[in-house]
Amino acid sequence: MLTLDHLRLEQGAFSLTANWTLAAGETLALIGPSGAGKSTLLAGIAGFLEPVAGRVLWQDRDLTGIAPGQRPVAMLFQDANLFPHLDVARNVGLGLRPDLRLTREDRAKVGEALDRVGLGGFQTRKPGSLSGGQQSRAALARALVMRRPVLMLDEPFSALGPAMRTEMLDLVRDVIGETGASLVMVTHDPGDAARIADRISVVADGVAAEPAPTRALLDNPPEALRDYLG
Amino acid sequence: MKHLIYATGLVLATQAAAETPVLTIYTYDSFATEWGPGPQLETAFEEACGCDVNFVTVGDGAALLSRLRLEGESTEADIVLGLDTNLTAAAHETGLFAPHEVSADYDLPIEWTDDLFVPFDWGYFAFIGQDGAPQPANFRALAESDQRVLIQDPRSSTPGLGLLLWVKAAYGDEAPAIWEELSDNIVTVTPGWSEAYGMFLDGEGDLVLSYTTSPAYHIIAEDDATKVALPFEEGHYMQVEVAGMVAGTDQPELAKSFLDFLVSDTAQGVLPTTNWMYPAVSPEGGLPDGFDGLIEPSKALLLAPEEVAQTRNEALEEWRNALSR
Amino acid sequence: MAALGVAMLLLGPLGAVLWRAGGAGMPSPADWAALRFTVMQAALSAILSCGLAIPVARALARRRFAGRQALILLMGAPFILPVIVAIAGLLAIFGRNGLLNQGLALIGLERIDVFGLHGILLAHVFFNLPLAVRLLLEGWRGIPTERFRLAAQLDMPPGAMFRLIEWPMLRQRVPGILAVIFAVCLSSFAVVLILGGGPAATTVELAIYQAFSFDFDLGKAAVLSALQLGIVAGAAGLALVLARGRGMGGGLDRPVQRWDGGPWAARGDAAWIALTAVFIVTPLILVLVQGGATLLSMPLLVWQAAGVSILVALGSTLVAVPLAFALALPRRDVVEGVGLITLAASPLVLGTGMFLLIRPFAFPGNHVLVITSIVNAAMALPFVLRAISPELRAIEADYGRLADSLGMTGWARMRWLILPRLRRSLGFGAGLCAALSMGDLGVIALFPPPDAATLPLQIYRLMGSYQIEAAAGGSLLLTFLCFGLFFAFDRMGRDADT
Repeated sequence: MLTLDHLRLEQGAFSLTANWTLAAGETLALIGPSGAGKSTLLAGIAGFLEPVAGRVLWQDRDLTGIAPGQRPVAMLFQDANLFPHLDVARNVGLGLRPDLRLTREDRAKVGEALDRVGLGGFQTRKPGSLSGGQQSRAALARALVMRRPVLMLDEPFSALGPAMRTEMLDLVRDVIGETGASLVMVTHDPGDAARIADRISVVADGVAAEPAPTRALLDNPPEALRDYLG
Repeated sequence: MKHLIYATGLVLATQAAAETPVLTIYTYDSFATEWGPGPQLETAFEEACGCDVNFVTVGDGAALLSRLRLEGESTEADIVLGLDTNLTAAAHETGLFAPHEVSADYDLPIEWTDDLFVPFDWGYFAFIGQDGAPQPANFRALAESDQRVLIQDPRSSTPGLGLLLWVKAAYGDEAPAIWEELSDNIVTVTPGWSEAYGMFLDGEGDLVLSYTTSPAYHIIAEDDATKVALPFEEGHYMQVEVAGMVAGTDQPELAKSFLDFLVSDTAQGVLPTTNWMYPAVSPEGGLPDGFDGLIEPSKALLLAPEEVAQTRNEALEEWRNALSR
Repeated sequence: MAALGVAMLLLGPLGAVLWRAGGAGMPSPADWAALRFTVMQAALSAILSCGLAIPVARALARRRFAGRQALILLMGAPFILPVIVAIAGLLAIFGRNGLLNQGLALIGLERIDVFGLHGILLAHVFFNLPLAVRLLLEGWRGIPTERFRLAAQLDMPPGAMFRLIEWPMLRQRVPGILAVIFAVCLSSFAVVLILGGGPAATTVELAIYQAFSFDFDLGKAAVLSALQLGIVAGAAGLALVLARGRGMGGGLDRPVQRWDGGPWAARGDAAWIALTAVFIVTPLILVLVQGGATLLSMPLLVWQAAGVSILVALGSTLVAVPLAFALALPRRDVVEGVGLITLAASPLVLGTGMFLLIRPFAFPGNHVLVITSIVNAAMALPFVLRAISPELRAIEADYGRLADSLGMTGWARMRWLILPRLRRSLGFGAGLCAALSMGDLGVIALFPPPDAATLPLQIYRLMGSYQIEAAAGGSLLLTFLCFGLFFAFDRMGRDADT
């Protein structure tokens, strides 16, 4: 269970509060106008931004002061998810061993993960030679091998076409289905949220609201969401 | 000395070496190089003394004196070799040198009376040019000609300082005027002798400040007689190079015998074709061929060491003001 | 830690000289004049070199032509050319019997005189323009090709493209490059004195030399040296303030492609490239031609000295590259300033101070090669820093978070993120360091060991013994070795890129 306990994040003059929990295996979409603080919240959970007040807890363990790489979180950024100088297999392998001392077993896992995301045989390709969709798949393959209990997506598929994005979301759903991970996903598309999220937290006016069930929320949006959806 | 060698850990002195006394000679770099007199003198003296000669070198004569001042009484030097009369006044003041007991029949254009320093070679400064080119016969004629001259900076070069004192000795209070007249002939002022001489050989100037003995090198080593020294009517300023024994030496006997050796026929015979200067005592066999055709200045100019100390800074100021315009 | 070490290396000797002097000495009016001239020529040299480098680097960044890679490699040459060789090369063109004056005489025009402030600037631009071009090219390479694609798509006019994409990069890089060149020219000695034409063109280092050798006023020598350090520290500080900014954002290492520049821009670029090529390459060719015949007739000592020099150069590189890396890693601005200041340290004061520090424990002459290696490393440090530090910043800005989220720390981060992405810059920096250390006469001239020599010292000795021919051959050998070391290291960095 991921707990945001009276969490308060600040970045310059901007501040964001959140006070809710997310159960293991649950999927959550963060939705709201741009600049509302969706990425800031992810950064706070991932450990790139220390809270000015409150705590982030995982299974009742306080994550304050724990380095991003040590947190139970795998994250896909908006861009630059792959190191251009490393081939695909190594980029994925980093998810298993950050020092890349991969055993034969590790390499087999990397191969399986690549097969799983449809990149079988792409091991030695450099990211620069991949299409956008293929890059996203490679990053997902890494998230798959990391087997962290929380997967966070900071709009990594926003550059992809609608069909491809749907495909990716399905892949994400399969991945978390396999690993049993919770998902926190930033999106600006209610359709995406409806497709994958159990609950939605509306992020607006400095608050990440208590998550509400997706269907109910979309059928009867609160004012902040109505403004956003227009 | 010995404990120092041990201390550095670089030299593992053998038992035999540890028993051989070491004579440490501070000198300027070019004296001790392969082409300088150092190696030949070392061999000859080591044969006679049963000792080990150890050269420690610094850039030039001025740096030699600075090094000695830096080290003071704790210096490792037994002999300091390569100061000249422009430096001996300051060297006297350090109180670091012991009187010598050398008496020799010097062939110097001046009388030698210094009780601390032994002269070992000498030369005249002169402008060197190409044979067949115009040859101004004095500083005024040079200034009126369109000959382009390469000189050295008196602050960083021995010949440069020599020229400064040459003009001062020849013209006294008129020296600033001479420098002003010369300023449009001077191509540039190099930090050291070798830069100016190299540029002269490359044709960057018509004349270069050097020594009257320079043509001898080209004649003897290169069989090239096209370089000539220009005789100047004012006379030529001299450089006399000297050596002295350090008062605090732990090898006084060796040091004394080295100073004697330095004015001996053996050592003096080596100097002309290695240091390209006149020997202080003419060797029995006379000077090598190539030296006989050199110009003989009509008049030898040399300021006394104390005079140098007094006038040097004033002359430098005049020089700088005249050439900075 | 590393910064502290460098500061100690600089200030320790200075302190030792002051302590030995028993107090500071006041500079004379002539010394102040020397300081003014030094600062003036250094500032002019920096502005000219950098100003001219911008159009040249821009042209090279956006044009593809046969020989481009070779030209960029050659750009590394003048800066690492031993000073004395470079002066000979320049005089072979601009000197009294140089190509230019022969050409002018041929068409009946008056000869030009290269000696004076313009001569100094000419030589400094020759040395530093190519360095600035290469450093700027690294900057242009650092702009992701995606940005140019975007600009091309938007049909951005050249002015807007410059303002929006290239100016931010220049704003970040140029102050640092200016500061480096300023510092280089501030401590330039032989060029200023040989080409300056008279005592009006002088240097602080000569004033230090005068205080030291002529007047034996150690206090004044130390004060002058400290003044020079202070000026460079000021310049470095100013550069750091001006250069604040962040990385360009990540790209995907696609080869840089550009779509801008119509036929007029192309012609302008071609002219810049051609002019620079002629300016850089002609002196190099003349050096090779003039020295060519002498290479075979060199005494054995020259070859031995060459061996010693290679060891000294490799030793310097071994010290400077890890040190620069350690300095750049914390990404603290002050630290880079410390690196830059080493440039302005007076070799004479540094050497004398070290002498005073070492002498109580050992005889300095015995360790002169080690001392030379270390001092040369300190002198080359700013260039290595300049080469790697912007890259290091960019790497952290672009990939730091990803690496953090994957838990790549310590050696893993070094091995799989920093070193591979930094390799090109490291190779360039190591090449610069090795070549500079190789070509520099340095402190060895202060305690020349009678039985050993580096190649520059041996050349100096040959020149001092009338052996101008052998010295020319030695210079050529030195030039080859400098280039060889530079290209070898630079190549190592580049091979990683394929």
